[in-house]
Amino acid sequence: MSEPLELAGVGAAYGEARVLHDLSLRVEAGELVSLLGASGCGKTTTLRLVAGFLAPTDGTIRLGGRDLTPLPAHRRGIGLVFQSYALFPHLTVAENVGFGLRQRGLGRAARRPRVEGALERVGLAPLSDRLPAALSGGQRQRVALARALVIEPPLLMLDEPLSNLDARLRVEMRVEIRRLQRAQGATALYVTHDQEEAFSISDRVAIMEAGRIRQLDAPETLYRRPADAFVARFVGFETILPLSVAARDAATVTAEAGGVRLSLPRDALGPVPDRFALAARPEGLRVGADGGLPGRVDMRTYLGRAYQYRCDTPLGPVVAEGPPDRPVEPGAAVGLAPVPEHCCVLPREAP
Amino acid sequence: MRRGPHPALIAVAALTYLFLVGPIVIVVGAAFSDTTFLTFPPQGLTTRWFANAWETTAFRSTFLTSLQVATLATTLTLLLGVPAAYALARHRARLPPVLATVFVLPILVPEIVFGFSMLRSVSVGAGVPVFPALVLGHTLLVLPYAVRVTAASLAAFDFAAEEAAISLGAPPLRAFVLVVLPNIRGGVIAAFVLAFITSLNDVSVSLFLTGPGISTLPIQLLAYVEQFFDPTVAAVSVLLMALTVAVMAVVERTLGLSLLAR
Repeated sequence: MSEPLELAGVGAAYGEARVLHDLSLRVEAGELVSLLGASGCGKTTTLRLVAGFLAPTDGTIRLGGRDLTPLPAHRRGIGLVFQSYALFPHLTVAENVGFGLRQRGLGRAARRPRVEGALERVGLAPLSDRLPAALSGGQRQRVALARALVIEPPLLMLDEPLSNLDARLRVEMRVEIRRLQRAQGATALYVTHDQEEAFSISDRVAIMEAGRIRQLDAPETLYRRPADAFVARFVGFETILPLSVAARDAATVTAEAGGVRLSLPRDALGPVPDRFALAARPEGLRVGADGGLPGRVDMRTYLGRAYQYRCDTPLGPVVAEGPPDRPVEPGAAVGLAPVPEHCCVLPREAP
Repeated sequence: MRRGPHPALIAVAALTYLFLVGPIVIVVGAAFSDTTFLTFPPQGLTTRWFANAWETTAFRSTFLTSLQVATLATTLTLLLGVPAAYALARHRARLPPVLATVFVLPILVPEIVFGFSMLRSVSVGAGVPVFPALVLGHTLLVLPYAVRVTAASLAAFDFAAEEAAISLGAPPLRAFVLVVLPNIRGGVIAAFVLAFITSLNDVSVSLFLTGPGISTLPIQLLAYVEQFFDPTVAAVSVLLMALTVAVMAVVERTLGLSLLAR
């Protein structure tokens, strides 16, 4: 019932403006893949292409080996969940959920048990006669989910389904979405701009920028081993230092730039090419009296578990952290020591 | 602290009501006056002007024409206006704003000028017979109202619901009928009523487009008062008002007047 989704070399444009470039993506059967990126990166466009609301300029979109491109939107049988819920305001909860079954020619008697079952699974059976206006935001999104899932779609697509909910409900609903998607075994494509949401709900996440996928990987891989500087910044490596290897020995790599030398342990960082960039989270650069990268504290913010510092260094401004019990005053000269487990090595990008 | 509204506010409100209701009271009063000229307050009480209005075949036949024109023009207007309003709302981002303005133009052009240009282009220019020319003229006259009123209720509609319907298997036209139309019903009915009443009462455009043997009721009334000054016109006006009230009452009863305001 669930089928793999495959996009190959897909491009899209609004008029003259190209919004997707040669996008390829495979979502395995039963897998949940998120498209993550800022607004305008092409993630919603990708979803609309698959839904059939927009025609690609290039490439093919296949679902379970079937080419979707020539099919109109209403014949694709994809379950859709929208940011605005998009419930039918004039129909009751049960009629909303039964709409898709009705379009498939099922009579009232055939629809009822399936609608009741779907509403039960989202915990809304007692509200089946209500109109959408009489529901809370979370309840509406549950109805939208039930409505999309009751047609047993081979593919479920969700477009920012949680952005209209408050923070606590968001966490609750994403667990619920994941549970329903797993239970039904549907292949799912999930669009969001919220990194925590994408990481927590997905098997794999595609980080998108300017109409391209920068990296598609499991959340753990993205978080610890970003492929390039863009993804690194996206997942919280705030400092990126371009460096060259000056010397290697059994335990350490000595890197250099602008007359500064940094000694890095070999094991923790994996292979280090001769020219590379060191990406560091704020906690990946520890503020101390000396050693490491010399710098001067420019600004200090208190985070509770630590102090965060903006420092000026010969390699440019960096963000670092220091222990909460020993604050360093702005203006002080410090040494910034890399903490390998909060750093990673990136290939040097062409300037 | 003073309680209740300011006396000046009460005075202004009272004057406003008087201004709105006064002419209606005068027309109704005059219609029942037992004099051979329009007068108020009514002197005596008679229904003979209503009888006279009914017996004047010109009124009856032109009223029928007016109804036919209003019905056809309003139907045509909705067939054109609702899809136009839908397209303007649905594709707002992609359509140039000037397209929306086009549908307001007939309101901006003085009706006399509009009527005259219709006469020049449709009746004389294209040689269209009187009745279809009237229907066409009224269609264009009321189209802006239909588009604006429908657009107002479409503005509150979330088109994602339509896409949801399509994704659930409804072809686009069925999605429109099953999901969009029920949610803009109030606007479409309001557009219908507004367009129908505007067409029924129109003088300026009809003045140019009516011709030998075919006239509308307002034009016939105009012709009548040029010759007679008896209260028959007041009686006809009362009947027209009664019809309007009846239409509103039916709408109110079946759908709730709040729909008109939506």
